[in-house]
Amino acid sequence: MIFTTPKRLNELGVLGINERNSEYIMRLNPRRLYPCVDDKAITKELALEAGMAVPELYSVISHQGEVREFAEVVSELDSFVIKPARGSGGEGILVITARSKRKRDTFRLSSGLLITEAEIAFHISNTVSGQYSLGGTPDKALLEYCVRFDPVFEGVSYQGVPDIRVIVYRGYPMMAMVRLPTQASDGKANLHQGAVGAGVDMSGGETLTGVLGNRIVDEHPDTGALISGLRIPQWDFILQSAARGYEVTGLGYLGVDMVIDRDLGPLILEMNARPGLNIQIANGEGLAKRLARIDAIYDPKATPAERARVARREFAAERQTSIPFDAVEAV
Amino acid sequence: MNQRYVYGLAALLAITGFAFFFYKWQILGFPVTKNLQTSVYTIESSVSFESGPGSIKVKLLIPTLTPGYRMLNENSVSRGYGFTVNYGAGGREAQWTIRRADGPQTIYYRISVYPDSYAKQSDTTPPFPPIPVINEPFRTAIDVLVSDVEEQSADTASFTAALLRRLNEASPDPNVELLVANAATPADFVETVTMILATRKIPARAIHGFILQGRQRDAEPVTWLEIHDSERWRYFNPRTGEEKLPDNFFVWWRGNEPLVTVEGGSSVQTNFAVQETHLDAVTIAETKADQKGTSLIDFSLYSLPIRTQAVYSVIIMIPIGAFVMVIMRNLIGIESFGTFMPVLIALAFRETKLLWGILLFILLVALGLSIRFLLERLRLLLVPRLCAVLIVVVMLMTGVSLVSNQLGLETGLSVALFPMVIISMTIERMSVMWEESGPADAIRSGLGSLVIAAIAYMCMGTSWLEHLIFTFPELLLVVLAMVVLLGRYTGYRLVELRRFRALDDT
Repeated sequence: MIFTTPKRLNELGVLGINERNSEYIMRLNPRRLYPCVDDKAITKELALEAGMAVPELYSVISHQGEVREFAEVVSELDSFVIKPARGSGGEGILVITARSKRKRDTFRLSSGLLITEAEIAFHISNTVSGQYSLGGTPDKALLEYCVRFDPVFEGVSYQGVPDIRVIVYRGYPMMAMVRLPTQASDGKANLHQGAVGAGVDMSGGETLTGVLGNRIVDEHPDTGALISGLRIPQWDFILQSAARGYEVTGLGYLGVDMVIDRDLGPLILEMNARPGLNIQIANGEGLAKRLARIDAIYDPKATPAERARVARREFAAERQTSIPFDAVEAV
Repeated sequence: MNQRYVYGLAALLAITGFAFFFYKWQILGFPVTKNLQTSVYTIESSVSFESGPGSIKVKLLIPTLTPGYRMLNENSVSRGYGFTVNYGAGGREAQWTIRRADGPQTIYYRISVYPDSYAKQSDTTPPFPPIPVINEPFRTAIDVLVSDVEEQSADTASFTAALLRRLNEASPDPNVELLVANAATPADFVETVTMILATRKIPARAIHGFILQGRQRDAEPVTWLEIHDSERWRYFNPRTGEEKLPDNFFVWWRGNEPLVTVEGGSSVQTNFAVQETHLDAVTIAETKADQKGTSLIDFSLYSLPIRTQAVYSVIIMIPIGAFVMVIMRNLIGIESFGTFMPVLIALAFRETKLLWGILLFILLVALGLSIRFLLERLRLLLVPRLCAVLIVVVMLMTGVSLVSNQLGLETGLSVALFPMVIISMTIERMSVMWEESGPADAIRSGLGSLVIAAIAYMCMGTSWLEHLIFTFPELLLVVLAMVVLLGRYTGYRLVELRRFRALDDT
């Protein structure tokens, strides 16, 4: 089957791009709030103010003149990440995982390739001139802590850092997925670039089946490990942090990306005002029903912790909420 | 609430657009298809006569009310004569006067008309005619005939029809024979009918005109009967009683007055010539709008200088390309570089034509991309790099033009019309995407842009559509309405039906 029908998608409650844009993003995400999430430097600042855990920021490079200073900043560091403050789709992110023992100015990228200090400086310079920013406007480059990811995902990711995306609607965590880098995605946790997305059961934080491109997969394409059934640690904390993203940014339709550090626990990586729709494929479920449910139970006074609890109660994966056999008999 | 505003606005825009469109199309007669020609008939009447010794005064009845036709222009050619137009009992009459003239004289009056089914008879209601005083034996004959006919008819129109049938019977009864015996010409016959009708207080008169078709050097006026049924004028064939004007009948004058009177001249001869020409329908429509005093025409694109018109014939199609873009992006979901890049490429295709355009575009982008990858190694900063790509693109364009000129391929020269800045940006974005998301994504977006450009080109290049939009720019309001509606389209895109099909497997 090459195409399905609009009627069928509607029955499944699938949210389309047009509807997401006009009914949710345009209605709930006022333009003036976009800088909070489009500029990662601002996001980080806001998250820190709210007392949320974020990867430590070593330095911000906002002018060409400062590019050379980066060597000084990282002189004591063996691993760090360089990312554009206003990048999108995971573009322009450089993950440096190690430094050569013999040559101090040579680094190892997450892909295993080597990169020299001069090449990094060129990358930063490009970033600052806006190569990776929306519309090519001048940008800032962030130097930050390189997350050492939790072993829970070790078997199901190829290089790179797997992250957890939670969609938060009007403050309520609504749907989540884990994004697992693959060889094809070049270690990036971006579904569009070939990473595997795995749905997450909201009640317990356990992974469901994965999706690669638009295909449903059970195993990681590179490692062959089973994707489903992994229990994400500190799930409640993750949902609460995501829910707080609403207070921090004010965006009613929000994607919160988090990583789990081996030592520091869940950290907020970035937030997104236009989160993608592939999460529906990863979860095998449309968003429409959950959107309607949140609209029905919306309580403006609920705290993030309460909203996270509601999400765990309301959006459990179907197989766990299926009606027991005897209950069917009773009806 | 919000939705209602959108629908309201779209409806308002569409209605406004269509209203102007229908007015210009139906009332002013602007053509909806290109190169539509309207027949224009020029009827020339020439009056020749021998001048007498004294002053000369020529009167000619000229068209006043012409149902089915509208006047484009009229003029008179007469050397040395004073010319005036007066209103007489039978309508307008042209009058030429001169104090002295020598030898044979010819005076011309020429009128050009075009068919217009909206040119209705707007004549006034005539008073009831006085009952004529008729001598015996005609009086008795008429009385008998009329009371006979009256029995077979219901109203004025059917009375007239029945009367005409009786008068035209193949073997007329003695009364009819008596009445029509003196009617030598059709005009005389109609005059007799008019008189009979007057005894029943039915206003009637003869109308004289021409059946316009092709070229006639010596057109004979045809006489028809016109009666008023107290609501409107109705036309009858005096020979059959059929109520109908002949096709292409152009009314020249009414009543029984002589067509021409010449005072101070002799041997008067009147001749009519008809000539059919074709004129661009737009010209006619403009004249018509002018006569109606509509200021709409002042805002027509046809009122612009020709050079500017040429520019606008291109510009005015850009919204169509943009509309295609909206459909491709929001209904189909094809990805492209930049929002309007494909539309600008489509504009360039206008000059290069589709096949060459696509080939040249692929050639330029492919060459530009490979050079861009070489530049990548130099680690240039962003703006200098963009500038370098632009320079390379310009040089490539020049190169393509020079090479194709050498090869005698004229189409290659039109590469100069490609928007080079847009192409440079496309190359830059494509190479970034190539690096970041892989060649597959970059090529897919590139092809997407090309497909949209090709479709936009085909829509923008459709000549009937171009004519339609250029003649009726108000239709852009309708396009705007559709874009506004599409802006609120929240349904699925076509590609989503494919993208989410995995969800449908259960």
